[in-house]
Amino acid sequence: MTPDNKISRIQELVYEIRIGEVMQKDVITINPQTNMSELRGILREKRISGAPVMDGDKMVGIISIEDFIKWLADRENDCPISEKMSKDVKTLYADEPLTHAVNKFERFGFGRFAVIDRQSRRLLGIITKGNIVEGLLKKLEIDHYKEEEVYCRRVEHFFEDILADKVVLLFQYDVAGHDFKRAGEGASRLKASLKRLGLDPQIVRRVAIATYEAEMNLVIYTEGGQIRARVEPHEIFVKVADSGPGIPDVQKVLRPGYSTAPEWIRNLGFGAGMGLNNILKCASKMDLRSEVGKGTQLYIRVDTKDGATSETN
Amino acid sequence: MILKDIQKILEAEVIVGDDLLGEDITIACGCDLMSDVLSFFAPGSLLLTGLINPQVVRTAEMADLRAICFIRGKKPAQETIDLAEAKNIPLLTTPLSMFESCGRLHREGLSGYSEYMKKV
Repeated sequence: MTPDNKISRIQELVYEIRIGEVMQKDVITINPQTNMSELRGILREKRISGAPVMDGDKMVGIISIEDFIKWLADRENDCPISEKMSKDVKTLYADEPLTHAVNKFERFGFGRFAVIDRQSRRLLGIITKGNIVEGLLKKLEIDHYKEEEVYCRRVEHFFEDILADKVVLLFQYDVAGHDFKRAGEGASRLKASLKRLGLDPQIVRRVAIATYEAEMNLVIYTEGGQIRARVEPHEIFVKVADSGPGIPDVQKVLRPGYSTAPEWIRNLGFGAGMGLNNILKCASKMDLRSEVGKGTQLYIRVDTKDGATSETN
Repeated sequence: MILKDIQKILEAEVIVGDDLLGEDITIACGCDLMSDVLSFFAPGSLLLTGLINPQVVRTAEMADLRAICFIRGKKPAQETIDLAEAKNIPLLTTPLSMFESCGRLHREGLSGYSEYMKKV
């Protein structure tokens, strides 16, 4: 989520969320006969800055710390809070959207509003700016988790969720020849994509290693080429192709230890004639075809049900 | 043992991945031939190597190795460090030689491939 759509999500939420969802339900109320001198203790003890004044189950006003400060400043005698409370109580309905509360806070500058039921007009709770912020944050957090959950589910059950008689995914990666620094990017991206599809890690590793070795061969010996991976529920089929120079004797290069790699490649830890051998070990099936002057195609098949069988040395 | 223990045993300096020193390491290999590393199917292992090019990190990524320690005080170029950081593979460097590094780790109980296969 970018900051921009987060803001618009909040704008949506203030219309979506109802006041009743974020209000405080366990309201501390005060009896109108309570003396002003007792108010300070109540507010401090309950850690609140104001409360509805209830005569039985009827709300008759709201008293707040501002009323208390005014009473102190005026140095008046002690009296019941019913004389000092605001009697013109502004209320909100629990079924109103949050944006109505936001507007009323702005318009009246009050610290809190009583929330009542539209039909019975009974007090249900109170709402402060703090409740609004808290409610929005909670909802955004829930949204975030849901999004992540949906994302994980979506990829893990990718094949199951697609309704078709046959599902085939194709990935292609272009490989530049002689670019040793970037060598392996194709295999790396293929590996990340297979992981996201939720395939078995061992299968993913085998495909990645085989593809990486093949990619190194493209980088070392050719002017470049393509890696194409075809992913089906039962197998991953990787075709690595270039357009030359081609291999004069295919049987010879399949022999472990046979290599025509230049010294600088050997110094970098490759070109020891083990690459194709490694690919053979990772693959359920491998096929190498080449024609001098035309190019080479390497076919690697990894059976997804094949598990670790080929992965033991 | 965890990577932090290995750092102590090898008197190693952490190049990247300070936050990953709690990773569990069950097996190690010492190798300068990347194709050999790729045929060493032991995910979660430590690679000791004298090579410092970016393909060492790529190799670790492909084979699901957990960490790399360069020997003889070698330090890789920034591109190798950047790749390791992006792939969440911690890099260490030890002043010890390959032989000494392997010897110390083995003495402290870290398994090699054949011992590991016997256990699992």
